Amino acid sequence: MAICKCTGEQVESPQDVQLMELLEHYREYDGALIPVLQGAQDIYGYLPGEVLETISKELKIPFSEVFGVVTFYSQFHLKPRGRNIIRVCLGTACHVRGGSKIFEGLKEILGVDNGGTTEDLRFTLESVACIGACGLAPVIMINDDTHGRLTNDGLDKILEQYE
Amino acid sequence: MGSLKEVRSSIEEAYKKKLDRPRIIVGLGTCGMAAGGTKVMAAIETEVEKLGLDVDLDFTSCIGMCYAEPVVEMGLPGAASVVYGGVYPEDVAQLIESHMVNKTPVTDKAEIQISAGGATYEGIPVMEKSPYYEKQVRSVTSRLGRTNPERIEDYIATGGYAGLEKALTMEPQEIINQVKISGLRGRGGGGFPTGTKWQFVADAVGDKKYIVCNADEGDPGAFMDRSVLEGDPHAIMEGMMIAGYAIGANEGVIYCRAEYPLAIKRLNMAIAVAEEMGILGDNIMGTDFNFKLRIKAGAGAFVCGEETALLNSIEGKRGMPRVRPPFPAHKGLWQKPTCLNNVETFANIPFIVRNGGDWYASMGTEKSKGSKVFCLTGKINNTGLAEVPMGITLREVVFNIAGGIADGKKFKAVQSGGPSGGCLPAEQLDLPIDYDSLISGGAMMGSGGLVVMDEGTCMVDVAKFFLNFTQLESCGKCTPCREGTKRLLEILERICDGLGVPEDIDTLERLAKTIKTSALCALGQTAPNPVLTTLRYFRNEYEAHINEKRCPAGVCPELLTYAIVEDKCVGCGVCIKACPVGAITGEKKAAHTIDASKCVKCGACVPKCKFDAIVQA
Amino acid sequence: MSTVALTINGQEVTVPKGTRLLDAATGAGFFIPTFCHDENSPNYGGCRICVVEVKGARNLVASCCAEALDGMVVETESEAVVEARKTILELMLANHPVDCLTCDKAGDCRLQDYAFRYDVKAPTLGGERKDYEFDDSNPYINRDMNKCILCAKCVRTCQDVEERAVISLAYRGFNTKVAPALDGNLATSECVSCGRCVSVCPVGALTYKSLSGKTRSWEVAKEQVTCTWCDAGCQFDLLRKNGKAVGVVAKAPSEGRPLCLKGRLGLELRYNDEPMAPMIKKGDQYVEVSWAEALGLDEIIEKLK
Repeated sequence: MAICKCTGEQVESPQDVQLMELLEHYREYDGALIPVLQGAQDIYGYLPGEVLETISKELKIPFSEVFGVVTFYSQFHLKPRGRNIIRVCLGTACHVRGGSKIFEGLKEILGVDNGGTTEDLRFTLESVACIGACGLAPVIMINDDTHGRLTNDGLDKILEQYE
Repeated sequence: MGSLKEVRSSIEEAYKKKLDRPRIIVGLGTCGMAAGGTKVMAAIETEVEKLGLDVDLDFTSCIGMCYAEPVVEMGLPGAASVVYGGVYPEDVAQLIESHMVNKTPVTDKAEIQISAGGATYEGIPVMEKSPYYEKQVRSVTSRLGRTNPERIEDYIATGGYAGLEKALTMEPQEIINQVKISGLRGRGGGGFPTGTKWQFVADAVGDKKYIVCNADEGDPGAFMDRSVLEGDPHAIMEGMMIAGYAIGANEGVIYCRAEYPLAIKRLNMAIAVAEEMGILGDNIMGTDFNFKLRIKAGAGAFVCGEETALLNSIEGKRGMPRVRPPFPAHKGLWQKPTCLNNVETFANIPFIVRNGGDWYASMGTEKSKGSKVFCLTGKINNTGLAEVPMGITLREVVFNIAGGIADGKKFKAVQSGGPSGGCLPAEQLDLPIDYDSLISGGAMMGSGGLVVMDEGTCMVDVAKFFLNFTQLESCGKCTPCREGTKRLLEILERICDGLGVPEDIDTLERLAKTIKTSALCALGQTAPNPVLTTLRYFRNEYEAHINEKRCPAGVCPELLTYAIVEDKCVGCGVCIKACPVGAITGEKKAAHTIDASKCVKCGACVPKCKFDAIVQA
Repeated sequence: MSTVALTINGQEVTVPKGTRLLDAATGAGFFIPTFCHDENSPNYGGCRICVVEVKGARNLVASCCAEALDGMVVETESEAVVEARKTILELMLANHPVDCLTCDKAGDCRLQDYAFRYDVKAPTLGGERKDYEFDDSNPYINRDMNKCILCAKCVRTCQDVEERAVISLAYRGFNTKVAPALDGNLATSECVSCGRCVSVCPVGALTYKSLSGKTRSWEVAKEQVTCTWCDAGCQFDLLRKNGKAVGVVAKAPSEGRPLCLKGRLGLELRYNDEPMAPMIKKGDQYVEVSWAEALGLDEIIEKLK
């Protein structure tokens, strides 16, 4: 149980408690907004509007500005995301080695578009400019694991590893 | 802690002992892991345990031979250690048996051997004489693939923090002078003389000053900063501390892109252990110099690699560039004088302080001193990381180090400098690599990505690819970049789709010129470079797309046609089934035809035909 | 005070040290167009229409940010400058509705004026355009973000009043947009309808609802009036068409003068021959209220009782 500083209300969900702890940790920190948003997204999996409003009040940063920052950075998400995030590299090296074919293949397997999340919230599919593993192109990243030298035939097997 | 000297000798001794033990070391940088290094490590553990061998297991970072990942090094006391490439779990048992048990290296899997005083083996190239490393110098990259980046002892035993130790006995101005003498220029792409920048910050008036490390490496095709961050985190920290002492700052921030989780993890570990040992924090090594260091993870915006956008991002704002002047050296982070350099620049500093500016200036060309780390990618045989002396030619890098073009194809262009750089054709291959000659060729050093393209690459498609990137990553603040890159991209898309008109080339040039001369920040100003250089060197390809509706490289799908060669077609009907849109028709056992108006150019029919009867034109 | 001497279009100009090139040039009688420059929050440098050529500089220079330096040689209308301005205008128009015939801002619109001056005709560059919903949710202010050129003056003037800061730049690149929190409409935001944003908008993106479709900019005569509601003394323009007072609009806010709805409504009631029915926000809804309530007089009347 924790007390919200701005409303004085008790917050009960474990996530809200974590958010309050996070805000407490960053209260005296210069430039806290982005690390707080990163932490909040780790807690909730995405950044719901109410959470942004709380962050705005607690850090005393205008709500509109918080929203402006959230929408500027591609890391932040306003909608729920899948348990596993697939990032398909479409960087230069991957591009010349067929990264877009891998991307198309994944779209087909998962039935979602770029940025889409499967209905069972198992996967979110995204493209990314370059993950810096160009020597192994084409590459995808699932969560923090990098898979390189891919072919479309191997995709099913890789996806199987993620629940 | 008083001085490092007291502990250094015992650390060095322990490190030497380590090298006198039988050992297996796995490359676990991001690329090593991506290639399956973690599984190889597990297989080795199992095997070593099974055989009950007395062998030390360790890991290191990326040695640079990405093409050979997963990489495993095996060493026996008194002998050179052998670096094996392409080691998969199924190879482990045999390798261990042969090398570690029977003391016989497996030559056909060996890439190089590293002697370090030990006896060498026949039939395996010694690192310094191997094709990949012969033309390289290893200074900034010297620890990559050689030490365990998660152990500060490895760093100290290999000369680490000796630069800081020395710096703390020097006058701050003398350090700045040495950096000036070294001729080091900013390795992030701008090429601004580092010593001059330090002097500005040192001379700037302010009660508080900051050191900021730009580790927001975002160029597609560039990963040298990641390799150094993952492979030698202490070197960057040491460089920042020396900078802090030299310019009078006691706080530093490393702005690292969030897409580099392993780099952030290793930096955090390095900071924690350095603090614990009294190398970082208050009264460093018993002096009155204090330095605090923290990491700020980026949040996914390429433009934050631009230094003023990066500062805004650290301050928790939208990463939009600021107008300059004022420059960060005068008004940077929180409006305080700020010294901002990139990863590779800071990593060079300890070497310069230890060996002197003259030593560094002895490498390289007149105006570009020292060495530069490049990332070799694209259609080449040896993709990877290479540190070369400035002034080496593109040809030497592409054909000697990178081993030439893959699959026996012909070289077409090399893209230098990331999305802000340019594509240089074969005629420019003898250009020496330094800041100024690359710019004269229409490209730039950038952070050091070299993407090699072969004859199968369409240069209009390449320009489109880069514009798509810059357009998506434009911050949106200034009109020329926000609106202009979008229109450039749309025109390029039109040309690739066969809808180009002759005026398009003029429009591209006109828009590119305005963006270059009027955009707010360097990213906007350089965004049209891929268009301008491809127009300069490969104009005929644009003209073929526009006037003849033809893609000479056979890349742009809308400009391809598929046809069935009558003589070769046996009328088996397999392609009819493969076609998703019913564009192929024909009687059984008679030559089939493709209806061009229905064909969506997916190419699905081509691999299905056993008789190679379907051709692309 | 120390001064600097520079050459602008061949003419020797002496200005105090620290003067912006824009001010040095306009002070000497030369024209430089601006969209995003705002005396109250300078050094933004976003629109780039004010670029000039400075001898020896690698690129064109935004005159609204650059400082005039001793010995500078500046051209404000060189071939390169004109070409860049034309292209910038062309780029703006390519992403802007060309409905000047019916736009409330016609005749008082910088985009229109500069397009005329630099002879930029209807857009030739095709391609994607902004396609946002028209926001008329607020009873006082119309927002047409399709007409926005992203000079961000509205954002900066709104953020100057700390407790307001209702709008911000959101998204990025081509999708950049001025938006309230969560990209909602103005009515659901914390907007207090002060009109600061409308007063600084150089184009037709932000306009007064009460005047929409009623007047053309050249038909009205302006008379400056000062609000006496509080001691800030904000300046307003009283608009008269054919002698009849049709509206009161805020002039650009200056330092320490935040502007407020109450003041403007008070002036409407005092001057406007046909004042609009006042609306104030109750809960999430705007509702029509009595003038006494709109101006917060109820409490006073209550106290008098």
